[in-house]
Amino acid sequence: MKLRKVLACRAGALALGTAFLVAGTIGVKAEECETITLGAAISLTGKYATNGYHTQNGYEFAIEKIKENGGVQVGGKCYNFEVLYYDDESKGDRGATLAERLINQDGVQYMLGPYSSGLTKAIAPVTEKYQIPMVEAEGASRSLFNKGYEYLFAVLSTSEQYLASAITLAAQVAEQNGKKPSDVKVAVAVENDPFSLDIRAGVLEDASKYGMDIVVDEKLPRDLSDMSAILTKVKLLKPDVLIVSGHSKGAATAVRQIGEQNISVPLIAVTHCEAADVTGNFGKAANDILCSTQWAETLSYEDPIFGSAANYEKEFKAAYPEYAEKKVPYQTAQASAAVYVFKDAFERAGSLDKNTLRDAIAETDLMTFYGPIKFSENGNNIAKPMVLRQIQDGEYNVVAPAEFASHKLNWPRTPQ
Amino acid sequence: MDQIIGNLDLLFEFPIVNLKIIIDGVMIGALFALAAYGLALVWGVMNVKNLAQGDFVIAGGYTAWWLVQQGIHPFLGILAAFIVMWGIGWVTYRLVISRVIQRDLFTSLLATFGLAIMMAQILNLLFGSDTQSIQLDYATFHFADGLIDVPAAKLMGVVMAMALAGGVILFMKRSRMGQAIRATAQDPRAARVMGIDTEKIYSFTFSLNAAICGAAGAIIVMAWVIQPFYGITYSIRAFVIVTAAGLGNLPGVIAAGLGIGALEQYGSHILGIGYQQAVAVLLLLLLLLARMLQQRRQRQVLK
Repeated sequence: MKLRKVLACRAGALALGTAFLVAGTIGVKAEECETITLGAAISLTGKYATNGYHTQNGYEFAIEKIKENGGVQVGGKCYNFEVLYYDDESKGDRGATLAERLINQDGVQYMLGPYSSGLTKAIAPVTEKYQIPMVEAEGASRSLFNKGYEYLFAVLSTSEQYLASAITLAAQVAEQNGKKPSDVKVAVAVENDPFSLDIRAGVLEDASKYGMDIVVDEKLPRDLSDMSAILTKVKLLKPDVLIVSGHSKGAATAVRQIGEQNISVPLIAVTHCEAADVTGNFGKAANDILCSTQWAETLSYEDPIFGSAANYEKEFKAAYPEYAEKKVPYQTAQASAAVYVFKDAFERAGSLDKNTLRDAIAETDLMTFYGPIKFSENGNNIAKPMVLRQIQDGEYNVVAPAEFASHKLNWPRTPQ
Repeated sequence: MDQIIGNLDLLFEFPIVNLKIIIDGVMIGALFALAAYGLALVWGVMNVKNLAQGDFVIAGGYTAWWLVQQGIHPFLGILAAFIVMWGIGWVTYRLVISRVIQRDLFTSLLATFGLAIMMAQILNLLFGSDTQSIQLDYATFHFADGLIDVPAAKLMGVVMAMALAGGVILFMKRSRMGQAIRATAQDPRAARVMGIDTEKIYSFTFSLNAAICGAAGAIIVMAWVIQPFYGITYSIRAFVIVTAAGLGNLPGVIAAGLGIGALEQYGSHILGIGYQQAVAVLLLLLLLLARMLQQRRQRQVLK
């Protein structure tokens, strides 16, 4: 009980800024609306605390925005969302216990997801057991979506899509230059951990779809500080695409040594560019490298609640001034999108029954500021592509998917 | 398997790649040799097998990295890391090592193992778990159609490592302190009888070891990358090198350091980069086996 109070207090403080902004508009209306309670175990302490906090802010911001726009209309009645948070301390077993508690003791009927694939993996069996629909925004591992879960839905792109879009891009470029996609040669270097191996699986799958040739396929060690052996092979075998994924050490080592060794692969795609701060650390060597992200504020996606992606960024910063100096993280945007999915599904279901709601969520076909959302049978979002940004003169500019991009791709990449 | 054969083919198809592998290996090997020399010193003089060796390297790297963030020149960072790590080495000796030095092998192994875990975690808390590096905007020299590249930063790092090693050798040979250290290594009791304050020698030796490691770390952060948990990779290499070369054999330590650097690069080229460290560990295993057989024949005791 005490914990709940503290958390409610904290959430209240977070939402305070927003509350001030919208107080005038909601006024009487909010009083008339009833409340739908969603449950969430979220990492407010421990190793995921920073991102857990981003996620919670995303949930709270969306709830305020929905309230501002007239709440959720279910069967002629008006509702507002409220979230009951517990701190899972970034631990899987704690997350699972808290999910049980939310469902059994607090009687929560609908769940928002925790932060990270690991926590989602721990909680999903619980929500599945009690048939509680959960819309999650922060678990990308594809192992979440091959277990046959029926009550788990994710708005984000799964991990095997992270760099697969680079393969699609390479195929498009090859066609524009009058070559066949099957002539493209691909080099892959990923770390030997579940996340990076997912990425590799996605890349290899798409590459074999186009009939591309994999000329280098190496696993990076956990304590990587030198990958010149791989880059030498890249120099000899001259691939058209180089894919590197190894968390921030992979990005840092790759970008540094690509610069040192003058690697001239026309298209290089990497994950974790921001975490490694490749532009700040390595300057020009990072130019024209492609980095994947779930979302960027310069995309031309739009919806009636949040407006455009740029508008989301602007209004979120106004509500949460601590983000004013930095970019709004995509973790926040996708958390907001998850709440939006609930609103949309409740209104289409026209009922508060969790099974009717589950079916409505499964039929979601929604355009949001975060991107299109449509779930596969396994619950992952198949409509939203991963976004590729290219580092152009030290700036991250969106270059793919082409229809929503703000900038043109620099191709071929020239060594700097 | 196909990949391994393909990689071998590349070596024969482009023989110049062999040269590149050896150059890369020698450059990193020079840094391994520094850390190994420090280990040989402490092992030989105090009979302490310091498992925190690699963590001293990483701590030195972070010292230099942090100071460069504050605006000092990277080369001064090496000097600063040497001095700061000297101090940390001295404190560590007073707090931990002096208490375990007379005990048996396992006590000192456990103590330094605990030290290694603690240092890594403290660095993680202080600096975060992201990799860090210092980018020097020096040119990279390219040879043989760009296949061989020697970044000036790495070259300078190796030169400085060599200068440091040379300095330490001279110091050990010429100075009174160096003589006293060698005397203590040969026979601590006799040294005490001759009026050498062995306690002072021990704390000096351990501080010197930490300082050498610190300087090596400062060079590593300029040419490669560091992360709080990378210490173990340098510890393992230092042990392999000292085992291969033996204690008190400085030319041997340097040769073994360079050789292991090159062998690892071959391993990562042929077997894949994931097996780079496996090559070092495999080597340690083979060496220990060879040593054992050798000793059986000669009836010697390895001190």
